[in-house]
This record gives sequence, structure tokens and C-alpha cells, in this order.
Amino acid sequence: MKQILAITLMNLRAIPQRLGSSLVIVIGIAGVVGVLVAMLSMAQGFGATLKATGKDDRLMVLAGGVTSELSSTLMPDILPLLRELPGLARDAEGRPLVSAELVVITELRRGEGAQRADVNVSLRGVEPLGLQLRPEAKLIEGRWFTPGLREVVVGKGAANQFQGVQLGAVLKFRGSEWTVVGTFSADGDAHESELWTDANTARSAFGRGGSASSMLAQMQSAQSLPGIQAAIKADPRLQVDASTEVAYYSSQSQQFTQQIGMLTSVVAAIMAVGALFGALNSMYSAVSTRQVEIATLRAIGFSGLPVVLSVLTEALLLALTGGVLGAAVAYVLFNNMTVSTLGANFTQIAFNFAVTPELMQKGLIWATLIGLLGGLPPAIRAARMRVVEALRGG
Amino acid sequence: MKYFPLLWATLWRKKTRTWLTMFSLVAAFLLLGLLQAANSLFYGGTINLSANLLITQARVSFTSPLPLRLLPQLEAVPGVEQVSWSQFFGGVYKDPKNFFPQFAVVPERWLKTFTECTLPAEQAEAWKGSRTAAVAGRQLAERFGWKVGDRIPLNSQIFPLKDGSRAWAFDLVGIFDNTTADSCPRMGNMYIRYDYFDEARLFGQGTAGIYVLRITDPNRAEAIGRQVDAMFENSPDETKTQSEKEFNLNFVRQVGNLSLILNAILGAVFFTILLLTGNTMSQAVRERIPELAVLKTLGFSNGGVLGLVLAESLLMCVIGGLVGMALASAAMVALAHAPVSFPPLRADATVWLIAVASMLGVGLLVGLPPALRAMRLSIVDGLSGR
Amino acid sequence: MSEAIVQLRGVSKTYTRGKQSVEVLKNLDLEVAKGDFLALMGPSGSGKTTLLNLIGGLDQPTTGSVIVAGENIEQLKSSRLAAWRGRHVGFVFQFYNLMPMLTAQKNVELPLLLTKLSASQRAERARIALTVVGLADRASHKPNELSGGQAQRVAIARALVADPTILVCDEPTGDLDRKTADEILGLLQTLNRQHGKTIIMVTHDPKAAEFASHQVHMDKGALADAPVH
Ligand SMILES: Nc1ncnc2c1ncn2[C@@H]1O[C@H](COP(=O)(O)OP(=O)(O)OP(=O)(O)O)[C@@H](O)[C@H]1O
Ligand SMILES: [Mg+2]
Repeated sequence: MKQILAITLMNLRAIPQRLGSSLVIVIGIAGVVGVLVAMLSMAQGFGATLKATGKDDRLMVLAGGVTSELSSTLMPDILPLLRELPGLARDAEGRPLVSAELVVITELRRGEGAQRADVNVSLRGVEPLGLQLRPEAKLIEGRWFTPGLREVVVGKGAANQFQGVQLGAVLKFRGSEWTVVGTFSADGDAHESELWTDANTARSAFGRGGSASSMLAQMQSAQSLPGIQAAIKADPRLQVDASTEVAYYSSQSQQFTQQIGMLTSVVAAIMAVGALFGALNSMYSAVSTRQVEIATLRAIGFSGLPVVLSVLTEALLLALTGGVLGAAVAYVLFNNMTVSTLGANFTQIAFNFAVTPELMQKGLIWATLIGLLGGLPPAIRAARMRVVEALRGG
Repeated sequence: MKYFPLLWATLWRKKTRTWLTMFSLVAAFLLLGLLQAANSLFYGGTINLSANLLITQARVSFTSPLPLRLLPQLEAVPGVEQVSWSQFFGGVYKDPKNFFPQFAVVPERWLKTFTECTLPAEQAEAWKGSRTAAVAGRQLAERFGWKVGDRIPLNSQIFPLKDGSRAWAFDLVGIFDNTTADSCPRMGNMYIRYDYFDEARLFGQGTAGIYVLRITDPNRAEAIGRQVDAMFENSPDETKTQSEKEFNLNFVRQVGNLSLILNAILGAVFFTILLLTGNTMSQAVRERIPELAVLKTLGFSNGGVLGLVLAESLLMCVIGGLVGMALASAAMVALAHAPVSFPPLRADATVWLIAVASMLGVGLLVGLPPALRAMRLSIVDGLSGR
Repeated sequence: MSEAIVQLRGVSKTYTRGKQSVEVLKNLDLEVAKGDFLALMGPSGSGKTTLLNLIGGLDQPTTGSVIVAGENIEQLKSSRLAAWRGRHVGFVFQFYNLMPMLTAQKNVELPLLLTKLSASQRAERARIALTVVGLADRASHKPNELSGGQAQRVAIARALVADPTILVCDEPTGDLDRKTADEILGLLQTLNRQHGKTIIMVTHDPKAAEFASHQVHMDKGALADAPVH
């Protein structure tokens, strides 16, 4: 142990003399970890936004066999049946707490120059009870829309990301003008990327008759779901799927998270390979510039193990320094950065990058692995070095 | 050229170090090739589309359908040669992972509009002759191993049949190629017949997602687009007309600031590589000081020695870079045939240009400091190892 | 006697390191005739290498003039000087200074890269030079596969191959045993006597100096017994 400490300290003291090649390890690994953490934090943030959307005691009904609200159509004839499903909560006047909603896609402009794009944004027609159903939706500016008038309120995320949706602005959809009368927040969930208006106004403006895209309802409790699903199954007229609101939005994040995850692993793996060779290179040269020292130690009786361990320790310390640096840079540059991308519903979802401690830990594990792999072969070479040859400095 | 053996021998002076540096360079350029190819998707570099096609969509969003009654007005616009319409079908083939786009079109119109797509005459006849017939791009057919005569089941996510079921099925009667380039995104599409589709679907009859206009003079694209949009202004069917290329570009850009993020990654990669190869080169020169001095005693001029060191650094970067780019190209070919829904990546001329410029740039940047050091080296100091 | 191929007039060399300055050569005159084999002797630190470097055009005097092969070399620009060295001077060093990654053949060809000769002409010349030093059979060996004496022969072949006006050798046998040293010195003597090469050789070894036709002794930057003309 004393041997190991002695050699390691000797090695570490020499680092400033080999600043260039030590920096190669640190920066190389910082690059890998930075990119890894930044990309994963994007997937993390996206997933977090969707998972924060919805409550597990609210019911979401879509047409049977579809995976997103956009492709779902609930025909007008079945809506009354759906409103009377058992297990739904009712308000003081005995009306079921239900909002049959229409989601249409509108285009808004985002970005400048080469980044400029007309992007898809959801316009959600909400029934009056829909606001009551979602206590998390709070007005932060202006007022709510008036049923019957062509008025919209804009989610906070949409207000940030897209152009021309400030309070008082006029939007043009299908030849008619819509006024922005308010901005709302919804605890940072996916609805903040939407525009909301009155359901009936939207239906008539978009020529959708009495149909809806989805139906949201307050259940008596989270336990009501199986009963409701059974009731749907028992009625052959109802070709619909029902799940909790939470389950629906969570499933929406899966594909994106998977794709980003795949892209991240490919990019980070290639970068890691590059950094690994860099680390090997640096450690080999560290060992070879010190071969006389090491050989002298061996000649006066130090054993091989402390030599191996000391080289490994040095590689690990440098790698961890790089890992911490990379994670820190990713945190400073990306944490809480807001972007929006195309969600599974084919519309924009604004979200924040989330650099979590778990992601940083993941980055440090990669750093450690690269350090270990990069340090081991040179360490072994150092220990195997023939003392006599090494002393000659050849 | 006569210096090449000398350069080559010097390059491999320390084999381990050169190999390791080379591998790092290969990794960097593999990444550069792939990311640049992805990046050039965002700038439309690889989208090989005809300049003669305009797409007219509903102003509000291309997911909102336009009524078929707009057709005569569109056909009457001067400069418009042919009009086709298509409706996105949203079908899933066996598993959602197998995503590929299908469109309902009118075969006669499609054949006259998408003239870059070539379908053998008898297959075109077969398509016109059967209502459930469909055609697919060669790339798509190869991806799933389809042959003419196969029955393709599709579950539409959007359109149920009249009986409420979503299980559609089509007969593959033709496989088309593309005359301009095989990277054309249409090669991954399938086309079904609009008449059959419109009759069989539960709702939405008489509407089409978008109109595709074939124009005679691509230089008039903007003017024609403006004219079309002006016709429908302030009606419930307001339109937005743009070139097919812009339409696709906008589509990709919806994904967001990915291109910015890709560039940030590339920046990080290159910074690292610069440092790494730079370190290798300065090490290589440092331990060669006496040799460089000897070269000067033999009559090599200061400039000559500078050139030798620079050339060595360039050689290393170019070899590593070319190998990396070759790997990247191979990976892209493999990816194009892999069963994943990913736009076709290709290392086009721009990507290669960027790659070669990067090789030379990195080579010069990392070679210059040690090369200058070698140039300024005094022989007397160099010989005595000072 | 025949004409002087090396002419040093009032040459001084002062090294300045920071505030300290050392005058290594002091107002020194020297002439070496064409076809001479001069041995330069003297204690360590007396300035032999410094003097040799000036003659070989590796360094410039602080004052005085150095005329070698008819050229006033202290006035040449560095690029002209490099070309001049390639044409007129062949160097042999104590530690051979061969390129470790090149074969003997390629090492010898190195100076010819700067000439207009074709690849086959270069190879032919190098082969001849290796034959002259008796190493034709080791052409494909790398320096680390050669003994010290063989490596020094390769170095001599490299110095010879471009047919320089003078050969400049700094302790060419300093690292070799007696027998090998004598072989190398014999080779130099042959080159001088049969091929008429002008050779200037620095050595500590009186036995080595005996192979030369003249001896000059240096002490503290001055010539103790300069041959007077
Ligand atoms: N670049 C330099 N800077 C400063 N001093 C130098 C430099 N080169 C040589 N000297 C000094 O000049 C003196 C003469 O050196 P030189 O190498 O010519 O001696 P030498 O006669 O060849 O000795 P040796 O027999 O040991 O090779 C020495 O005192 C040396 O310290
Ligand atoms: Mg000396």
C-alpha cells in the first residue's frame, strides 16, 4: 500500500510536466461525457414533460386501434353514449365531468434563417367543463376564450417558442380570424405547447360536424377504470379505447426517447472509441517517458502491482476530471434550455433539457470505463518492462 | 513524390502511437461523415426532388384536407401542366416500427405528374386495371422483400373502413424506380388507388390531403404558387403552395434545432481531435529534434523541413479521415437497407467537401506549430539535443 | 602547396546565454588546403566542435570571415546556405545520427533527394557509396540492426554520396573500440589518399590523429600551433 501511494504520488506530481498529453485525456473524455449527458438530457426532458401530463384518475377515450389523438375520430353518434359511461364523476348540477375535444393541427412559424420552419401546433377545442376538469390549467395573462367567439388562449410553451401568438395577436385559420385573448400555464405539461379554444367554435370553423378527436373525463376514482373498460367492451357500438390520461401521454414519449437513446449511444460510442485511443496514447507516452524511473523503482525492489495500480490511478483520476468537466459543461450549457420538437401526435411539444444527477452519474460511469480501458494496457506494459532494457532508456 | 518513402517511414516511427492516433481520427471522421450527412438533410442537400413540382396544402396545416372541387381551378392556372392529388393513408404494416408513408392517388394522374418515377408499362396497366392494386418504390420493396403479386395488409391509423374495421389490404402490382437519383424519398413510398380508398373509407369522402402541380417552367414556381394561393384567399380552403423541396425541408425542420445540436457535437468532436492529434504531432517532432537537425546538415532547407513535418501531419489526417469517411459511407449504405424508419442518409458532394476540408484543416492546424518549431530549430542546438 | 579550400580569417564566436557570454573562439585564423586530411585536437571544451560547425556552415561566426569552397558562407542566407551544405559538405558525427526508421540504403540516398537525380540514379549512387565503405551487403538493414562500426560506415557513405568538396567529421571514432576505430580511420585515409577528399576531423585520440596528414591543436578557443602559410 505504501508502495502504491509512493509511486502514484510520484506519477501525479509529474502530470504538470506532461500537461499536453494529460489534457488530451481530460478534454477527450469531457467531450464524450458532455455530448452523452446533453443528448440524454434532451430525451429526459422530453419524457418528463409528457409524463407530467395528465392525471391517473382522468379517463382518455380514443377511437379504437389508434395511437394518437391526431388520427382518432369519435363519430357524433357515439359521443352521447360515452358521456353516460358508468364510473364518471359529476358536477354539482349532476352533469358528467366530460370534455369531448377536437384537436386540429395549425401551422405557426418558429425560428429564423436556416432554422425557420412552419411547424405543426395543436389547436384544441375544449368544452366548457374541460377547464374545470383540468385544475392545473391556470390563466397567467388575459382571459379565457368566450364560447362562440373565435378566440384562443395560448400555452406558455407555445408562447415562448412560436411567433405571432402574443396577447392581442390575430391568427388566420381557414379564412377566418382568431384573436389571442390569454396565456395559460399547466404545471409545465405538454398542453402548454397548445392553443386552446372552445370546442363548438372549432368544430364549426373546421367543418368537423359533431365529431371529436378524443374525450377526457373525470373518473370517480382511479379504480373506476376497469369498470369503464368493461362497459365499453360490452357495448358493440363503442369501437373505442379507454385508458388513463397519464398512460396515454407516457406512451407518447416512448418512441422519441428510444430514437434519441439510439442516436445518443451511436454518437457517444464512436466518440468514446476516439477518446479511448487518445487516452491509450497519452498513457503509453506517460509510461515511456517515465520508464527509467519505473525501472529504477523495480530495480530497488518495488513489485509490479504498485506500478500497474499507480498508472491506472493516474488514468482514472484524469478520466474522472474529464467526466466531471464534461457533465458540468453540459449542465451549464443545456440544463433548462427550452426547445420544441415534433411529438408522436405530429405536433410540436416544447420541453426543457433536464440534466439530472442520474444522467451525470451515467456520464461519470462512461468516463471511468474509458479511463480504465485506456490505462490498463499501458499499466501492464509498464509492469512487464524489462528492468535492464528500460534502464538503458531504449 | 520522391519524399514519400521518407515521409511514410517517419510517420510510422512509433507504430503504436501512429495507430492509436489514426484510430482516433477514424472515429472522428466516421462521426463527421454520419452527422454531416444527417445535417445536410436539414439543408435539403440530399433531397433529390424535381424542381417542376409544387405542393398545394391547406394553409392551416397539411393535415387538414382540401376539397376535390378545387381541381378545375388549379388545372386552369397557366403554366400548370398536370395536377395530381394525394391523401396520406397512415397505414401500419404489421408493426408500428415498420413505418413508411402510403398515399392514395389517381394512377393516371400520378403517372403524368411524377414523371421521374418509372413504372414498367404492363405494371402501370395492371394498376389502372384493379381497384385494390398498389405500387411501391424499389427501396421500400427491397426493405420488406416484396414481390409483384404480394398482398400487403395495412392497418390505417386514420381511416377506418365502412364497417369500422381498420384492416385494409392491397395487391402489389408494380415496383417503380426513379430516373434522377435513387435517394429520392419517394422510393420509400407506397401508392394506393384513390377511387377505391375514397369509396371504402368511413369518413372524409371527396377530400384530398394535398395537390401536386407539375409546372412547365421551374423558374416560375414562386409566381404560380402565389397565384394559386391568391385564388383561395379568405375562403375556408385557404392554401399554401410551395416547391416540393421546400415542403420536404420544412417537414424535416419540424424536428427542431437538431441541426444546431449536431453542429455542437461536431464542434466538441473536432476540438478533441485537434487536441489529440496536435499532441501526437508535437510529441513526434519533439523526439525527432536531432534527426531534423541532421536533415538540415544534409542540405535540407528550413522551409523543406517545415514542409516535411506539415506533410506528415497532413498525411496522417488524410489517411485517418479517408478511412473514417469510407466507414461512414458503408454505415450509411447499411442503414439504408436496415429496417428502421430513418430518412436516407448519403455522403453527397457537400459532405465530402466538408470532410476533405476538415482533414486538411486539422492536418494544417496540428502540423503547423511543430513544423514551425522544426523550421526555426538551430542545427547546433538540435544536434546537441538542446 | 595547392589552393586553400577552407579559409578562416579573424574568426570569433561568442555564445550569450542570458547575461552571461562566453567567447568560445578568439580571433582565429586557419587555412586548409585542398586534399588535406586535418586532425583537430584539444581538450574538452576548447571549441573544436564550434570551429567545425563554422566550417561546415552549421553556425555563423560572431566576427570574422569563413570562406569555404570559394564561398563566403557567413554572408549566405539560410536557404542558400542549406543548398550550399548539400553540395559541398559531408558530415560524420560521433553518434552516427542515422534515421532509425530508414534502411542503410535509404539513409545514404537521403542527401540525393535534394538533387535532380532520378530514383534509379539515386539508388545506384547509394549502392556505390555503400560499396566504397564495404557495406554493400547490409543495404537493407536498419541502423539498429548494425554494429557501431557498420553504422558509422553508413554515415560515411551518406556523407560521401553527394560527392561533397569537404568531409567534416566530429569524433567519428569516439564511440568505437580500437580495432573498429582503426578500420574507420583507415577508410577515411583511403578516401583522402585515393579519392582526394579533403577531410577535417576532430578527435581526442592521438592514435586517430596519426592517420591524418596534419594535426592542429586547440586550446581555449585558439590554435596552439596553426600551420603557418
Ligand atoms: N550553444 C551554446 N551556448 C553556450 N555555450 C556553448 C554552446 N555551444 C558550445 N558552448 C560552449 O563552448 C565551449 C566549446 O564547446 P565545443 O562543443 O566547441 O567544445 P569541444 O572542444 O568540441 O569539446 P568536446 O571535446 O567535449 O566535444 C564549451 O565551453 C561549451 O560549453
Ligand atoms: Mg565536441
